[in-house]
Order: sequence, then C-alpha cells, then structure tokens
Amino acid sequence: MSISGATDPVETATKPDGIVQARGISKTYDGGIQALEGIDLGFPKGELTTLLGPSGCGKTTLLKIIAGLLEPSAGTIIVNGRAVTGPGPERAFVFQDFALMPWASVLRNVAFGLELRGMSRHERHAIARSYIAKVGLAGFEERYPHELSGGMRQRVGLARALAVDAEVLLMDEPFSAVDEQTRRKFQEDLLHLIQSENKTFIFVTHSIEEAVYVSDQVVLLTPRPGAVSRVIRTGLDHGGSPEELRRNKRYLDMVEEIWQMLREYLV
Amino acid sequence: MTTRDFEPVGRGGPFRPLSSTAVWRLASFVLVFGAWEFAGRVPISPAFPTFGATMAALFQMTLDGSMGRAYLSTLQPLLIGLLISGVFGILAGVAMGLSRLFEFFVAPVFIVLQAAPVAALIPLITFIYGIGLTAKVIAVCILAAPVIVLNSYKAVRNASPSLIEMCRAFQGSRVQVIAKIILPDASPLIFAGLRLGIAAGFIGVVLAELLITPTGIGDLITYHRSVADYAEMYAAIFSIVAFAAITVSSLQKLETMVFRPEKKEG
Ligand SMILES: Nc1ncnc2c1ncn2[C@@H]1O[C@H](COP(=O)(O)OP(=O)(O)OP(=O)(O)O)[C@@H](O)[C@H]1O
Ligand SMILES: [Mg+2]
Repeated sequence: MSISGATDPVETATKPDGIVQARGISKTYDGGIQALEGIDLGFPKGELTTLLGPSGCGKTTLLKIIAGLLEPSAGTIIVNGRAVTGPGPERAFVFQDFALMPWASVLRNVAFGLELRGMSRHERHAIARSYIAKVGLAGFEERYPHELSGGMRQRVGLARALAVDAEVLLMDEPFSAVDEQTRRKFQEDLLHLIQSENKTFIFVTHSIEEAVYVSDQVVLLTPRPGAVSRVIRTGLDHGGSPEELRRNKRYLDMVEEIWQMLREYLV
Repeated sequence: MTTRDFEPVGRGGPFRPLSSTAVWRLASFVLVFGAWEFAGRVPISPAFPTFGATMAALFQMTLDGSMGRAYLSTLQPLLIGLLISGVFGILAGVAMGLSRLFEFFVAPVFIVLQAAPVAALIPLITFIYGIGLTAKVIAVCILAAPVIVLNSYKAVRNASPSLIEMCRAFQGSRVQVIAKIILPDASPLIFAGLRLGIAAGFIGVVLAELLITPTGIGDLITYHRSVADYAEMYAAIFSIVAFAAITVSSLQKLETMVFRPEKKEG
C-alpha cells in the first residue's frame, strides 16, 4: 500500500495545524522486522498526545523517528513546516532509562543540552538551576545520579529536556520506572507543567488511565506493524483538580472505551 | 513538586576511624609476612631467607646505593616503554573502537600478541635490536601494549549506546559524542587496561634484564643468586614487586580523582 505524501487522508482526523506531522511513516529494521506502516498523524501545538498500543507495536520507534534519531524507511516527519533530517533544537527527548551521565553532577546533566550548544558555563548553570528547582530538585545540584532515587533521576531527565527550551517534548514511558504513588504525583506535576510551559508533548505509555488522564489526544496503534487504529480526542479539562478529573464520568467512560478497543488485539 | 521525602544516600559521618578495608588489608599483610618469617625460620630451604633478613638486606642495599643505581637503570626502559605503550596503545585502541576499518586491520595483531608467550620472542628481539636499551624498551612494549590496546578498544566499543543516543538527541556532534560521552564512559576500562599494562611492563623489563643483559634489578637478582646472597636477592625481588604494586594502585587513585568524581566518596 502507499499513501502519497501530497495529500494527507488521515490528517482530517486531527487538527491540520499540527506542529509535528507524520506523513506516511513506515519503518522496517535491518533484518526485516517491520515496526511501522503508513503512519499519518498530526500533533497539535500546545497539546499532549499519547501513543498507546500493545507492546512491540513500534511506539518507541515512532518517537525516535520524530526525534530524528532513526531514519524512517518511507515517509517524512514535518516539524514547524520543515522536514526532519536529524535531531533539532526544537525537539527534546526524555528517555525511558533516564540516560544520565553517571560521572556528571545533576547540574551538569541538566545543563548538558546547553553545554553541547556551546553556551557559557555561567549562563547554562543559571538556566539549569532554575529548571532543577522547577522539577523539585533544588538542593541536589551537586549530587550524582547514583545518589538519587529512580523518580528523582527521571526528574533530572525531564529538567534536561526542559532546559533546552524546545517546543516539542518527546517522552518515552517516562514514568514506567517509578512506583504507583510517585507516578500519580508525576502525572499531576506533568499537567501543571503543560499548563505553564505551553509546549507540545508527545508521550508514550502503556497505561490507559495515564493516557486519558494527561492527554488531549490519544493515538491507538495496532500490533506490529504499527498503524494508526484510531485517534481519540479526550476533551477533558486538565486544568481542574486531579480528584475531580479522576472521578469524572467522561474520563472513566473513555478509559473503558479504549480498553475495549485494545482488547481486540490481545487475543 | 517536593522531594522532602527523599534523603540522599549518606556520606561518611564526622568520625572516620580506620575504615574496615584498611584493617583487613593490614591484617592480610601481617599474615603473609608472618608466614614468610615462619617459613624462613623452619627453614623450608637454605635458599629461603626470613622476612626480617630480607628487610635488613633491603635496608642495607638502599643505604649503600646499590638499590638506587639499579632502579635508575631499570626505570629507564620501563618508563620509555610504558610511555610509548600508553600513548600509542590508547590511541590505537580508541581508534579501533571508533572505526571498523581500523579494527579490521589492527585488532588481529594485538590479539595474537596478547595470546603469544612473549618471553619466547625476546631472543628474537635481541637478534634484531641487539642488547641495548632499544631491545629492552621493545620487550616492555610487547608485554604492555596488547592489554592496553585491547582494553581501550573494548571500552570504546561498549560505551553506553543509550548515552550516545542521548548526546545525539541533544544535537551533539560526532566530536562531542566522542569527547563528552564515549571517552568518559570508557575511561574506567581504559585505566584498568593501563594498570594491567603497567604490571605487564614490569614483567617485561625484568624479563629483559634477566634474559638480554643483566642490568638494574635483573642484575641485582642474578648477581646475588650467583653468590648465594639469598636475602639480597629476595630484597631485590620484594622491592620490585612492592614498587609495581604501589605504582599500579596510585594510578587507580589518580584515575578516580581525575575522571570519576562521583566515585570519590565511599
Ligand atoms: N534496533 C532494532 N532492530 C530490529 N528490530 C527492532 C529494533 N528495535 C525495535 N525492533 C522491533 O521493532 C518492533 C517495535 O519496537 P518498539 O521498541 O518501537 O516497540 P514499542 O511499541 O516501543 O514496544 P514497548 O511498548 O514494549 O516499548 C518490535 O517488534 C521490536 O522487536
Ligand atoms: Mg518502547
């Protein structure tokens, strides 16, 4: 099958002004495993879109293609109207395994993106300190990653991505390595962050509740090779209190609805 | 967000009595030297002096300057050889780790060298390079270089793919990926190779001094054996072993200080 890049048939399903657009993305790894097939998606500016799908369906692959870390076998990613050829300053990645440098302090880790850009030490440390405070790690600047808990490490990874002031944040299962209580706290913090930062988030998760709770838009992918099964707009007000949202009828219905859809794939 | 509920992993308290590792280390020295003293007193062989006699000989040889002169001549090929092996070994190993092409051409040489019984090559070196300083330097290099090269190579090749990807994601250039991620990540293994290389270099220089021409420590060992001054002979052996051990362990301290600040404490 082929989806021409000139017209975007699925584009209508999402807002056409998506700051990030995937056009006909397919990916076949060396060795012949096809991970993605014909992905057409728009990611609206200032919103959080979640990629949800069974394990191995190509969520990480899609995220890395958007990041410019992997080349698609077919199709293009458009960010701000320009085709992606590699990593760029307008996108930042939060890694599932944190990817912190064990030999560097929290401060240097958070400032690393700026260090790579050649910003002066004084300037980048000032910026890094403010984001370290923002993610709740003030006082830990001189600590090393091995001195931190898993949840704190993930915050360092988040602060590093925020520090480069990218418009688009790509997060690969950022909360999978933390316990349930911490996770809930993180989700609430993330919602605050989205409200205050006005950035576009693309988020991978395994959890349906998490997806509905934090997202404006949930993308369901089919099992490998991953294709877009459905795009659901949650229409939830994320500004309210977390307790309200978690008891909201629409929220609960939507979780159930998505579960029913994903169930088909589990047989 | 708050982090009040997390306490950082503790550092040492205000009181630091002798750490338990230091106590164990001391105990093992006492045990080994005690056993040596005992075996010398039995005696297990007329050619085996006591620990006390060996130390006395060591003291005597240090005072009369023969130890100092021996080290002066042993250290020369050792230092030159280690410097060459260290600099070129790390460069070659890192290059092999970074470039498949370089790996293809260079790796087999060092793999063969590492496996070869190098003592057997020393007569060959003498044949080509004579019995001077060059031959001894080469003996040191042949022993020290392979382990340095192969460790650096493996260290670079196994640098964390996830950190490399992270650096690329934040738009690190190839040079930045190498300088800021690959080399720091590889440095513990590279240094481990360097330490093994230095230990091997000591073997190389002593072998050369025993097999090529007796000079320095090799000369002390050979000479005192020939006149049956066993305490002096053991003193020479003991001093070179201790010297090698101290050199290698100070390098480890230096490495932690310079490259891995996070491992400094605890
Ligand atoms: N480097 C690779 N080489 C070959 N195949 C790969 C590679 N990376 C991933 N794959 C395959 O591609 C498919 C999609 O992988 P991907 O990691 O994108 O899935 P995922 O949706 O993120 O899964 P999970 O939810 O378990 O994280 C999987 O079947 C995987 O085996
Ligand atoms: Mg994944």
